[in-house]
Amino acid sequence: MDTQAVGSLQSKKNPGPLAWVKSGEPMIWINAAAVSLSVIAVVGLMALLAVRGFSHFWPKDVLLANVSYENNVRPILGEIVEVVEVPRQQLEEAGFTLKGSEDFFQRTLLKQGNRDFLGSDFVWLINEQLDTPQYSANAMVIERLEWGNFYGYLKSVTRDGVLIADAQENERGAWEVFQSVIADTLAVREAIHTIERGDIGRINYEMERLRLEERSLELSGSLDASAQVALASERAELDAQYKVLQEQLYALYDGIANHSYTAILADGREVSLPIAKVVRAYQPNGMNVADKLAMYAQRLWEFLSDEPREANTEGGIFPAMFGTVMMVILMAIIVTPFGVVAAVYLREYARQGLVTRIIRVAVNNLAGVPSIVYGVFGLGFFVYFLGGELDQLFFPAALPNPTFGTPGLMWASLTLALLTLPVVIVATEEGLARIPKSVREGSLALGATRAETLWRVVLPMATPAMMTGLILAVARAAGEVAPLMLVGVVKLAPSLPLDGNYPFIHLDQKFMHLGFHIYDVGFQSPNVEAARPLVYATALLLVIIIALLNLAAVTLRNRLRERYKSLEV
Amino acid sequence: MQTHAIEFDSIKRHSSAEADGPVEASLHVEGLNLFYDQSAQALYDINLEIPKRRVTAFIGPSGCGKSSLLRCFNRMNDLVDGCLVKGKLRLEGDDIYAPNVDVAGLRRRIGMVFQKPNPFPKSIYENVAYGLRIQGINKKRVLDEVVEKSLRASALWDEVKDRLNDSALGLSGGQQQRLVIARTVAVEPEVLLLDEPASALDPISTLKIEELIYELKSRYTIVIVTHNMQQAARVSDMTAFMYMGKLIEYDSTDRLFTNPKQKQTEDYITGRYG
Repeated sequence: MDTQAVGSLQSKKNPGPLAWVKSGEPMIWINAAAVSLSVIAVVGLMALLAVRGFSHFWPKDVLLANVSYENNVRPILGEIVEVVEVPRQQLEEAGFTLKGSEDFFQRTLLKQGNRDFLGSDFVWLINEQLDTPQYSANAMVIERLEWGNFYGYLKSVTRDGVLIADAQENERGAWEVFQSVIADTLAVREAIHTIERGDIGRINYEMERLRLEERSLELSGSLDASAQVALASERAELDAQYKVLQEQLYALYDGIANHSYTAILADGREVSLPIAKVVRAYQPNGMNVADKLAMYAQRLWEFLSDEPREANTEGGIFPAMFGTVMMVILMAIIVTPFGVVAAVYLREYARQGLVTRIIRVAVNNLAGVPSIVYGVFGLGFFVYFLGGELDQLFFPAALPNPTFGTPGLMWASLTLALLTLPVVIVATEEGLARIPKSVREGSLALGATRAETLWRVVLPMATPAMMTGLILAVARAAGEVAPLMLVGVVKLAPSLPLDGNYPFIHLDQKFMHLGFHIYDVGFQSPNVEAARPLVYATALLLVIIIALLNLAAVTLRNRLRERYKSLEV
Repeated sequence: MQTHAIEFDSIKRHSSAEADGPVEASLHVEGLNLFYDQSAQALYDINLEIPKRRVTAFIGPSGCGKSSLLRCFNRMNDLVDGCLVKGKLRLEGDDIYAPNVDVAGLRRRIGMVFQKPNPFPKSIYENVAYGLRIQGINKKRVLDEVVEKSLRASALWDEVKDRLNDSALGLSGGQQQRLVIARTVAVEPEVLLLDEPASALDPISTLKIEELIYELKSRYTIVIVTHNMQQAARVSDMTAFMYMGKLIEYDSTDRLFTNPKQKQTEDYITGRYG
């Protein structure tokens, strides 16, 4: 009796494929596979970006080798960037005569730098052409402000036209002298930068303000003699300040103009170059891991905190990061109140009927409009129409130069706010709809008006939903590039939109953006090979910034959600 | 089928309304018709007077309109689109549906407690202070006093006095319902409308709520809707039996349960209904 009962509950020995399908197990496997694929794709992408991007900052060893091709031998010095395998046929079709008989050949991309002497800083070499590769400890890499990296051997250092160190006499000593002169020069350059950006920037700003003041007085017809005198005296004051600063600048420039170093190229040429253009010099072959790590950190920090140079292929991306974050924050500040107010009206006040349904459908469809369309709209409506009108009304003195009638930070933020508005409206509406009727009734039954109920009970409870909307909005806005190209993003902005000059936030200024920076560096760059690692690094940084912005919003939302958790049914 | 006839004498705990002699009415209803739609009529020609400082119970099967009637008193039906009220309702002689009535002010005079506890996602203190805060009373001293008084009145003070700043959502269902009553009492209404206040609660919490109703009776006019006939018999002085949107019988609780005049009432209270 007992065994029979148990036996009847057990499944059959051979259930067959149909039973397996019915059991729902294949669905579980399909789901699991889909999740795994997504995870692998995301992790793989991040890993690729990280490896390709952040290995760029590691100081690589410098290789010296002889390149022999058709009885021509020339020495070459540089860093190995990558090694690829190419088929014989491809090389032969390209016109190479090959010695070996293999089907595939290794080909190396070497960064040889010295663009000012060799023409191009990257060369492809077939490995069989490379003879006697060696890594000598005194091979030197110099990062420069212009012409890219320099590779060579230090010969001597000259300070103020006087030879102060000779590497042939005392190699270590000469290197140390070289480093100390570089450090001094960097300090002077820093001082120059401070004066140019800070003090002279302020004076230029003041001068512009005076010009606008004069022009507006002229426009209003009240530019009389006394006003002119006052303006002239202010201008004279600024001119005097400027003269002083200019003297200081000249002195600083002169102080470093005559520092130079002499170096020997791989082919034995001897060249003399100014130290004023040196960013840093190092001998990677002689560095240990700790030294390299320190330099890695230094270079990474430079990438994060500096301005770009050499058409964005060198230096840092700080302005782009700053611009991205600032634009997203401004966008969030604009879109949240708008979206919430619109959602509250649609859900709480508007009569639910055909019209509200149509509006809702329209709002949902707006989310699907291609972003470039918003860009065109922003350019036509915000920039030219609104901006033009604003200029006529408030900035007539600056005309014909536009103030707001040109792409800028405010218009970019507004355009993106418009782009993300549907997301915020939809999310907020859903949040409002989820709030139990009983809580509203509880408030109304205590003698609260609808507005008081909305303000004191409903809206606080809907904050997690609003945050969800904001998170989606931020995620979309931070990654958007196409519309921004029309309404305010530029390749290189001369200054940050936030500085010490009144009114501190310059909404009318153009700004840099990581997404556009990637496009610019990757596809518009004159030196594609040099820029490529930066594309990866910038892309990774963009992803990280978006993730951080999202993480902040998600944390905030979860806190809020925790507070209202027990009420969600 | 077993009958659910009430063993009336054994559970009746207090004297009926009649014993105190006639009392003045708090709420008057005259010729009330309620429509939720042009075609859907929910209440038909209701006439009744609800005595002051007494407990009046509305009983009847689901969908008979007892909650709809209750919601007419504080105009909660205004929130329903297309709802139409015809007839006269008066609170102490003031027309509840007069065009110039301040609805928020009316609801302050007629408080309401709902079937499911609905505390706000705020602290216990803020829940009770809510009604005062929307009246613009923000003085800490006044609020403290009212919060304590109201929580004491709803027999919750001893349980929550040490955690007034904790979230009200952490309380048990019964405590939440008493908190909602405290919140309602805090604005000093004249009438308390209780819409099945104990239907979502366990027996112990139900008992506490019933005791509370008995306590509050001395100060408020209480109207309670209930599914539970024993509860109606236990707590109320007057009982109205409703069926299909009509008021079938309205009398003192004693008489209605012991000596119903209508056949439908008798069927219902003896369990033969349905």
